[in-house]
Amino acid sequence: MRTELRIIAELVPERARVLDLGCGDGELLAHLMREKAVTGYGLDNDAEKIAASIRAGVNVIEHDLNDGLERFPDGSFDMVLMTDTLQAVRAPARLLVEMLRIGLECIVTFPNFGHWRCRAQLATRGRMPVARHLPHTWFETPNIHLCTLADFEALCQSSGVAIADGFVVDHAYRRRVLVNRFPNVLGQTAFYRLTRGLE
Amino acid sequence: MALPSDSVGLVTPETVRFDSIALQSGARLGEFELVYETYGALNGARSNAVLICHALSGNHHAAGYHTEQDKRPGWWDVCIGPGKPIDTNRFFVVSLNNLGGCDGSTGPRSTDAVTGEPYGPTFPTVTVKDWVRAQSMLADALGIDAFAAVVGGSLGGMQAMQWAIDFPERIRHALLIACASKLSAQNIAFNEIARQAILTDPDFRGGHYVKAGVNPNRGLMLARMLGHVTYLSDDSMGHKFGRELKSGDIGSGHGVEFQVESYLHHQGQVFAKTFDANTYLLMTRALDYFDPARDYGDDLVRALSGARCRFLVVSFSTDWRFAPERSEEIVDALVAAGKDVVSARIEATQGHDSFLLNVPRYLNVLSTYLRGVAEECGQG
Repeated sequence: MRTELRIIAELVPERARVLDLGCGDGELLAHLMREKAVTGYGLDNDAEKIAASIRAGVNVIEHDLNDGLERFPDGSFDMVLMTDTLQAVRAPARLLVEMLRIGLECIVTFPNFGHWRCRAQLATRGRMPVARHLPHTWFETPNIHLCTLADFEALCQSSGVAIADGFVVDHAYRRRVLVNRFPNVLGQTAFYRLTRGLE
Repeated sequence: MALPSDSVGLVTPETVRFDSIALQSGARLGEFELVYETYGALNGARSNAVLICHALSGNHHAAGYHTEQDKRPGWWDVCIGPGKPIDTNRFFVVSLNNLGGCDGSTGPRSTDAVTGEPYGPTFPTVTVKDWVRAQSMLADALGIDAFAAVVGGSLGGMQAMQWAIDFPERIRHALLIACASKLSAQNIAFNEIARQAILTDPDFRGGHYVKAGVNPNRGLMLARMLGHVTYLSDDSMGHKFGRELKSGDIGSGHGVEFQVESYLHHQGQVFAKTFDANTYLLMTRALDYFDPARDYGDDLVRALSGARCRFLVVSFSTDWRFAPERSEEIVDALVAAGKDVVSARIEATQGHDSFLLNVPRYLNVLSTYLRGVAEECGQG
C-alpha cells in the first residue's frame, strides 16, 4: 500500500464509521476494512477509479465533491478522510466545514506549496513550480486551490476548525524530526487530524 | 440465420404450478402457474443463481431466442449471455413472468377455476411483495436456497429491494437499476393517465373485454405512447427523430405528420396487440403502491436495516421518470443503515430506457460488480 495511505490508516480507530472523500482505487478503504474492521464508504466521481474501487470490494458511491456533502446527516461518521484532494475541489473552505459537520474527526492531506522546491522555482525562474509532489504544469493541473501549511492553518483558525495533530513527511514519506522542525519549508505532504473547534 | 455467438441461443420457457398463495391484500389465489426461463447452469453448491425481475411490460423471456426465426432476442439480451455482464458461463440465471402477467404466468387472462371464466378485472390485486413471495416459491421449486444476486431495473429494481427486506437470508446481492423506493406524485400521475386511457376505452367493457370478444386497443396504445415518451429523454427523441416530417412536406395536419408520431403509433399498436389491459392496470398499481418504508413509519433506513445483502444502485443522468436523485435516496438510506452499497450515476442520453440499452459504462459497472459476485460463489 502507498506509504501515504499507511500513515493515514494508523490514525483511524478500529471499527470506526469512515467516509473517504476521493477514494480513488479504494486501496485505503479496503485496507481499513480488512485491518481495522471499519464500516467504510468512499466517494469518487471518476469512472475508472470507481471501477477500480468496485474491484477492490469497497463501498464506493459516485459523488462529485463539488456538489457538497449535504446528503450526509450531521455526525453520521466517526472519521472523514480526504487524501490529496482538498486542493482539487472548488470550495475547499466550505468542504472542510462540511467534513466536520458529518464527521467527529477528519484527516486531511495535501501537497505543501510552501516546500522549498516550489519557493525556489518561483523565486529563481519565475515559473510556476513543477515538483515531484506537484507534477502537473499550471495549465493541466487538477490542483486549483494550492496552499501552504501556513495558509491551511489560517483557514482552520478562521473556520473554527481545531487542529488535533499535524505533521509533514518528506519525498519518501518519512516523518523526519528535522523536516518537522521547519514543516512549511521542508515538508512535501502535510497530514492534519482535525476536530470541531469550540464554537 | 445463425444466432450471435454471445447469445444464450435457443431457449424454451418452462412452467411450474403451485397450490396457492396468500396475498398482501388478504385475498388468497388458488392454484396458479409461473412461466420462467433459465440460462446457464446451477453449480454443485447451488450458490450461483441470479434472479432477473422484470419491469412493467417485461416478461420471462429476458435473453436468447425462442426460434431461429425470431427477429429479436429477449428484452435484456444486452446484459445476459456468455461473457456479458450477467455472465451465463458463471451464473445460473432465472427469469420469470410475474404473477398477474400476460405472457404465460397466471394472470387476468387465465381461467378462474371457481367461475370457469377468465379472471379479467376480478384478478386479485398483487403487490411487489406478492411478486417477491411468488418468486421465492419458484426458488424453492428450483432448489435454490439463496440467490447470489437479485437484479432488476425500474419496477424490477423495486422487487430486488423488496427481496433484500423480506428474505434477507436468501439474497447476497441486490442490484437496483434505475429504481426508486417509491413513486413520486408525478410518476403516479403518469400511471393514472395511462390507466384512464384504458378504462375509458369503450372496448374495455369494465375489464370483461375477453368475454366480449373485443380488446381496448385504443386505450392500450395511448397508455403505451404516453409511457414511451416518459421513458425517453428530450435529447434522445431529438436525436432519433428530430422534427422530420414523414412526407417531407406540410400536409393536412391531422394525420401522422412527424416521424416521432409514426414511431409512437407503431410502438402503441404493437403493445396493444401483445399486452393485456388488465395486466397493465394491475402492474401500474403495484408500482404506485410500492413503498417499503410505509410499514416502518415512513423511515426507509429502518425498512432497510434488516437487509443483509450488499447493494449495487445504478441510475442514469437523463432518466426523469426514475431520476438519479431517487436512487441517491436509496443509497443514502443504505449508508445510514450501515449497509454495503456501491452506486454509480451513469451519463447516458437515453433516459429511463438506458437500463435496457448498450451503454458501455453501465455494462462495465455491472460486469465489474458481478465479477466479484461470481468470485464469491466460486465461479470466478
